[in-house]
Amino acid sequence: MESTAISTGPEGTTWGGGNQPLKSSYGKMMMWFFIVSDALTFSGFLAAYGFSRFKFIDYWPIADEVFTHVPFLHGQELPMIYVAFMTFVLIMSSVTMVLAVDAGHQMKKNKVIWYMFFTIIGGAIFVGSQAWEWATFIQGDYGAVQTKGGNILQFGTYKSIEGEAVFKRIPVEEFAVAASSERTQHESKSGVWFTAEGSLPAYTVNDVYLGLVANPNILVCTQTINAKGEKTVLSRDESLLQLKMNGRRYVKGANLEVNEYGAPLFADFFFFITGFHGFHVLSGVVINIIIFFNVIIGTYERRKNYEMVEKVGLYWHFVDLVWVFVFTFFYLV
Amino acid sequence: MADHAHKLEIFRGLIKFKSNTQKIWGVLLLLSIITAVEVVLGIYKPEILMGPSMTPFEGGVGATLLNITFAAFIYTKSLNLIFIVLTIIKAYYITWDFMHMRDETKSLRRFVVWTAVFLICYLIFILLQEGGYIESVYSQGHVKRDF
Repeated sequence: MESTAISTGPEGTTWGGGNQPLKSSYGKMMMWFFIVSDALTFSGFLAAYGFSRFKFIDYWPIADEVFTHVPFLHGQELPMIYVAFMTFVLIMSSVTMVLAVDAGHQMKKNKVIWYMFFTIIGGAIFVGSQAWEWATFIQGDYGAVQTKGGNILQFGTYKSIEGEAVFKRIPVEEFAVAASSERTQHESKSGVWFTAEGSLPAYTVNDVYLGLVANPNILVCTQTINAKGEKTVLSRDESLLQLKMNGRRYVKGANLEVNEYGAPLFADFFFFITGFHGFHVLSGVVINIIIFFNVIIGTYERRKNYEMVEKVGLYWHFVDLVWVFVFTFFYLV
Repeated sequence: MADHAHKLEIFRGLIKFKSNTQKIWGVLLLLSIITAVEVVLGIYKPEILMGPSMTPFEGGVGATLLNITFAAFIYTKSLNLIFIVLTIIKAYYITWDFMHMRDETKSLRRFVVWTAVFLICYLIFILLQEGGYIESVYSQGHVKRDF
């Protein structure tokens, strides 16, 4: 690739005059340096996730039970399907990117424009899907009760599916008895300390408890994973006792402090790692758009090489590469 | 632009593509198949793969060394091991064919791959080891998780 460095490097220096260490131009080499360091950042996050998971190995949420939603298919449990779709979209946009790079090598401007366009669309679909995943996760679906020890108690019942008794979660809204609450929300105008509190949970623990008493078929499911790799379901007596003795507050959905699926760290890492990756995709889309317009106005045609497309391509493939690992360690393993 | 020579064979020359474009679609097919296998395994979770494929060796120092050597088979669920191996295969093809690592010089390839692989392995080893240790402190009852 001798022809690539001539126009981009400072003239008269080692990097500018066609003298290319490792036969790679300055820009490409710097992109590789950046990718190595960014890969280490991401592996730091993923290894930290592994650390926390190993620390709470018997209490960690099972991803299949958390990410079960697909847009427009309400109320169906379809684990993995939507993430698989997102993965495919990102790999597909990687393919169009590498096709754009290839077209650039052959100096075919129109082809580069179209492939860059499809890459940008793919990136946008991916970022949108990730936003939807976040929204669904934050909103939650069944609700649960947090204990004084910070653990999560979920509710459900055994249903017979194909002759087998399967534990299915039941939304707390369906059975909780909404008693009149004596607790009012604290506002900054009332009281000595002028700070308001967040909105109160929809139910008190007592509401949930009364609902549990009234529905003898409902059982409590704890976070503890048993030998079969499933969450432990308590007996009816234990369920009532556990909720009465340890229940602290009703939670629905997920935030940085608590989530209805189990360990708070799970949600923290989910937001942080997929958020950081999503930010990379977003900046990748922005950079792709800039290069896309540069291709249209013919900047690289005049420069007589499309190496800039190759460099953003490297970044874009790297984002795809990271997602492959996030997909495995967050959703599969 | 004739100097953009691409190496067109994958699987150590088992499959040789006629053009770079054809190779890209071939690699896409491969990556899609791997992802599909992962998803199917992830949904159905075959019972046979839900445990480690080997049991720990019993005995003295020799057994410990064997346990360390075969740690991936003894302490990891077979299913998870399959997922991790498939992920590394996908990562290989993305880096080698999409990022054109196959066409770079050997030294560039090594400074990128060896550096990253060494540091990442080291990091994973330390953090997972420590996480496992803290878990053992918790599970031996020194810390109460529900009160």
